[in-house]
Amino acid sequence: MWRFVARRLLHALPVLLGTTFLIYTLVFVLPGDPIQGLAGDKPVPPAVLAELHARYHLDDPLWTQYAHYLAGLLTGDLGTTFTGRDVSDLLADRWAVTLQLGLTAWVLELVLGMALGVWAGLRKGKWDDSAVLFGTTLIISVPVFVVGYLAQLVFGVRLGWLPVAGTEGGWPLAFLLPGLVLASFGLAYVARLTRSSLIENLRADYVRTAHSKGLSRRRVVVKHTLRNSLIPVVTFLGLELGGLMAGAIVTEYIFNLPGVGQQLFQSIQLREGPVVVGTTTALVLVFLLANLLVDLLYGLLDPRIRHD
Amino acid sequence: MTETTRTLEATSGAAEDTASDTTPPPSRQRASLGKDAWFELRRRPTVWAALITLLLMTAMALTPGAFTSLLTEAGDRCDLADSKLGPSAGHPFGFDLQGCDYLAQVIRGTRPSLLAGLAVTAASLLIAVVLGLLCGFYGGRLDALVSRITDIFFGLPFVLGATVILVAFPDHGLGAMILVLTVLGWTTMTRIMRSQVIALADADYVRAARMLGARPVRLMLRHILPNAVTPVIVVAMLNVGAVISGEATLDFLGVGLQYPQVSWGLQLNAAQAFVLDHPHLLLFPALFLSATVLSFILLGDALRDAFDPRLK
Repeated sequence: MWRFVARRLLHALPVLLGTTFLIYTLVFVLPGDPIQGLAGDKPVPPAVLAELHARYHLDDPLWTQYAHYLAGLLTGDLGTTFTGRDVSDLLADRWAVTLQLGLTAWVLELVLGMALGVWAGLRKGKWDDSAVLFGTTLIISVPVFVVGYLAQLVFGVRLGWLPVAGTEGGWPLAFLLPGLVLASFGLAYVARLTRSSLIENLRADYVRTAHSKGLSRRRVVVKHTLRNSLIPVVTFLGLELGGLMAGAIVTEYIFNLPGVGQQLFQSIQLREGPVVVGTTTALVLVFLLANLLVDLLYGLLDPRIRHD
Repeated sequence: MTETTRTLEATSGAAEDTASDTTPPPSRQRASLGKDAWFELRRRPTVWAALITLLLMTAMALTPGAFTSLLTEAGDRCDLADSKLGPSAGHPFGFDLQGCDYLAQVIRGTRPSLLAGLAVTAASLLIAVVLGLLCGFYGGRLDALVSRITDIFFGLPFVLGATVILVAFPDHGLGAMILVLTVLGWTTMTRIMRSQVIALADADYVRAARMLGARPVRLMLRHILPNAVTPVIVVAMLNVGAVISGEATLDFLGVGLQYPQVSWGLQLNAAQAFVLDHPHLLLFPALFLSATVLSFILLGDALRDAFDPRLK
């Protein structure tokens, strides 16, 4: 077991290093002088330029610069805003909202997505199967921000069933609608994945054997088929956990939820480059760590992965 | 040297002869698979709907002027007095924020979306086929290196990665966006292509061809590629829709195309502040965008069903 954990951690290390290096090179190194970039068209006094270059190690070779940046990341330093505030401070009270939203969406994906998929798969070819297929295709093809505004307009404003925006309703009430919107794409995907996997497994020999042994349909479906057909679904849901938390930018903005994604959106609008980069890096790290965690858990659950 | 080349040519020529003696020629086989798939596809009404939608969108992207002058009266004229007016008889989509005819604007927004979707997918497909063939066929150090690089890019969520890069270059056009989306998007197809090639490189018919003296390039292009590429094509079709959707999301977030360029994502971005009172601003670009994405997804699904009889 420990060998498995060690191997996974060793495997994750180059990905973490590579991703941060990629972000670092693309953002800080390629275009022009970053200090001049901050000042815009105004000339920067040479003394100030030299001082800032020294403070941010801008004259060092790329590897040294990256090492400084990485050391900062490890100690939780995501850079500073134009006004000198730490980006990690700015984000500190926002993580709770993002976590709540991400988990709500994840649970909705898991429960609704699987339920829809199993229902459609068991009634393959009937009208409800076609309805689920059509509906999920439609949801996948409409961009999430359009889904968000439509849901807000219909359920929040016109029908008044759920809060329109903000977190005043508290969890879970205020997070239901944004959670559903954030989950919509993944939910549709989970439903289709569950459906096709279930249909494929229902035709397998072991299912026929179970049937001919005289087991009830319920037992064959629940005990034999579902367990096997949920493997790809569980894999997808594992990857989604990080993706949902990192991908909540649009949803948090539309529903005015004060999470990390909303901060990112606002910083993009205000053209605050350093905050955008710091926040994005933080979200990417969350995404990668969540994936690593799920990977480790997955090894605990499925011995085949641990041993191979 | 020349002699060895000639013998190699001769043996590979011989390989071709023997292959055509025992099995039907590859060209006829491919045509029949394609014909089979086409027979499957043309029976589906959704395929026809998707094809017609995409043809219309392509025509709009190629000659927006023809459509705007045909469908709108004075579609080029903008009058601030008409700002945000709803649909009316002469102007079925109403007017946008600047008082321009919205139908004309939505038609003009087709080109960047379609261009981004197709160009990014074509470039990713090319990278996927080349890297997938080389890594899957030769394995070894090259394969390990490319796989690690794929892991790294895979660890970067699409919207976040694009946001970071695009914010660093504020003055980018469509070309830079296509580049960024390609850099972030080539991994999925490459992984699929690689695993396909690995599975096929050990197949009996490839071993036979190798023993008969076929060179690696010939093995890859003639024997492995045609059989390995179908799942990648299906994913590519779905990918066009995903890229179009992603490009619109980036425009909406404000990191994609910038004014005064015209695109569906930018129109949706402008619409967000007025959604409650002027829903038509959101509705029409969203409709065009979703119809295009939906068409590519339907085509991809249909292609997969046609090429993969196991799902029937």
